[in-house]
Amino acid sequence: MAAGPDSVHPVSGGGLLGWVDQRFPLTKLWKSQVSEYYAPKNFNFWYYFGVLSLVVLVNQLVTGIFLTMNYKPSSAEAFASVEYIMRDVDWGWLIRYMHSTGASAFFIVIYLHMFRALLYGSARKPRELLWIFGCLIFLLLMAEAFMGYVLPWGNMSYWGAQVIVSLFGSLPVIGSGLVEWIRGDYYIADATLNRFFALHVAALPLALVFLVIAHLMALHEVGSNNPDGIDIHDHEDAKGHPLDGIPFHPYYTVKDMVGIAGFLLLFSAVIFFAPTFGGLFLESPNFDPANALQTPPHIAPVWYFTPFYAMLRAVPSFAGTQVWGVMVMGASVLIIFFVPWLDRSPVRSIRYRGPIYKIMLGIFVVSFVVLAVCGLKPPAGIYPVLGRICTITYFSFFVLMPLYTKFEPVKPVPERVTGHA
Amino acid sequence: MLKTWILLGAGVLAAGSVVAQESGVSLLKADTDISNTQSLQRGARNFMNYCSGCHSMKYVRYNRMAEDLKIPQAELEHNLMFTSTKVSDGINSAMPADAATWFGKLPPDLSLIARAREHGVDYIYSYLKGFYVDKTRPWGVNNLYLQASAMPHVLWQLQGLQKPVFKPGSDGNGGAQVELVGVEAMTPGTLKPEEYDQFVRDITNFLDYAGEPIKAKRQSMGVFVILFLLVFFVFAFLLKKEYWKDVH
Repeated sequence: MAAGPDSVHPVSGGGLLGWVDQRFPLTKLWKSQVSEYYAPKNFNFWYYFGVLSLVVLVNQLVTGIFLTMNYKPSSAEAFASVEYIMRDVDWGWLIRYMHSTGASAFFIVIYLHMFRALLYGSARKPRELLWIFGCLIFLLLMAEAFMGYVLPWGNMSYWGAQVIVSLFGSLPVIGSGLVEWIRGDYYIADATLNRFFALHVAALPLALVFLVIAHLMALHEVGSNNPDGIDIHDHEDAKGHPLDGIPFHPYYTVKDMVGIAGFLLLFSAVIFFAPTFGGLFLESPNFDPANALQTPPHIAPVWYFTPFYAMLRAVPSFAGTQVWGVMVMGASVLIIFFVPWLDRSPVRSIRYRGPIYKIMLGIFVVSFVVLAVCGLKPPAGIYPVLGRICTITYFSFFVLMPLYTKFEPVKPVPERVTGHA
Repeated sequence: MLKTWILLGAGVLAAGSVVAQESGVSLLKADTDISNTQSLQRGARNFMNYCSGCHSMKYVRYNRMAEDLKIPQAELEHNLMFTSTKVSDGINSAMPADAATWFGKLPPDLSLIARAREHGVDYIYSYLKGFYVDKTRPWGVNNLYLQASAMPHVLWQLQGLQKPVFKPGSDGNGGAQVELVGVEAMTPGTLKPEEYDQFVRDITNFLDYAGEPIKAKRQSMGVFVILFLLVFFVFAFLLKKEYWKDVH
């Protein structure tokens, strides 16, 4: 007699769960990915930002769906439909503020998440692909945020789109044709708004979700890094569980809940008491409808793009073209992908590195913040000079990395993780 | 860990120190309060009487405004609605479509004016106090806070007229250049200066309300959200502590 299904899936129990388990690896997935996924027990504050970016992603998806129900992607109606959401739709103001604040929160948690990787060498072998998936998520997120910013069809939406899209026009030969292809018209118009809407609500979120899944799969394949930058699987018990590891559930699920509560406190404080965040999260010119005949007093991208925008502006035009600035801006994002190979240190974590890496990382953080400020300001006074200096220090962090990480003395790395938070 | 914070802190400080102050005549403080319903009611009255002839407020519906400002329906229909017939309509102006030819531009819709300018509330308050006599302008007035403004001084009878105050300077080539630094009263109006200030403060407050009608409710609701999350945070923390007892 042939073996029944039960002998094929000996782990399954009875009841509804058993019925499902015989047809879908539900219990198996839960165990392998959550309740028996061993994570290092010494995660600190910096390890909250992964789960927080997931929280923000879900926030953006859910609030986005509800916004879509009342938003009209047409140049004639878009601005009024956003005001309709803000004034007439039940709880529309809350949904919209959650979405607009969520956009900025997304970049805050992602930047801190990436900074964590630089602190503890999380991009290093065997986590290169995990890092690359993350960088792709960051890249897509920038496209997603840019297109989302255009949708309210305010005057800053319009002129921001005008400036950013025209950057492609500086590319030789294909430039002007490419810009026309992106806009679908000879200027930023209804056709542009329509396609940005399609990309913002369907194509890019779909790609983002797939990449996030790939990011998590890669993470669970190689295991999480930790603040000591050592491999917890070097020391396992008789059952093959790492001695310094604890099951993700319940330990990190309850711990992440604390982090999420703390995040929601700050998030709600902004939503309820400062939704425009002094003009940083929602810029005042965007409360004027798009006007092709009147530029805002000063066109600047939203704060999360300004470090890269400042690097674009830092490069003077040369040989009659602005393309060099565009190339530098592109390079400033692409160079992040190469961190796993640029870093040659024998240790992962900053705890066991010498002073040079710490200084370089400090300079990098200062450069990034100063560039963000420069990008927000009109290119006058001290800002162009500051922008140029910081562009150089920004790139130095990456370009010189193979040198200073290889030759600086490091401290001995412990065998086991040191303590837990 | 500590070093990381110091590095981050240094970055933020370095960024903060390069934030410059904007130049030009600084705005007056409006000192408005959107929770002051009486001020909002007076502001609505002033707006309807002096502004809505030219400026629409199309995203604000009459009945929503009446509800938020606690204005009775009869009062609304008899004393505040001049241009529309339905209470669910947005506030319209009496401007015909060719009004642009009168002013050089169409008087803008004011639904979002308080949000569309940096420090919008202070800007509106300052603007309404910033008109001064300038014979070179079509309406005989200019504005300290928006040079070459197309708007006539609608409230001149209330405020009286102001004259500009210049600071003598030099353009560097020996020629006299004068820098506008303020305005001062020239002829008195029907309102005393403090009364006029309150008059435009009420309009400003009303425009602030119009920019975001939910603002007052949003803030009062936020207090409860934050309180709930604080309690939730404490319990989440205690739960975490309980579970982590056996992690050594």
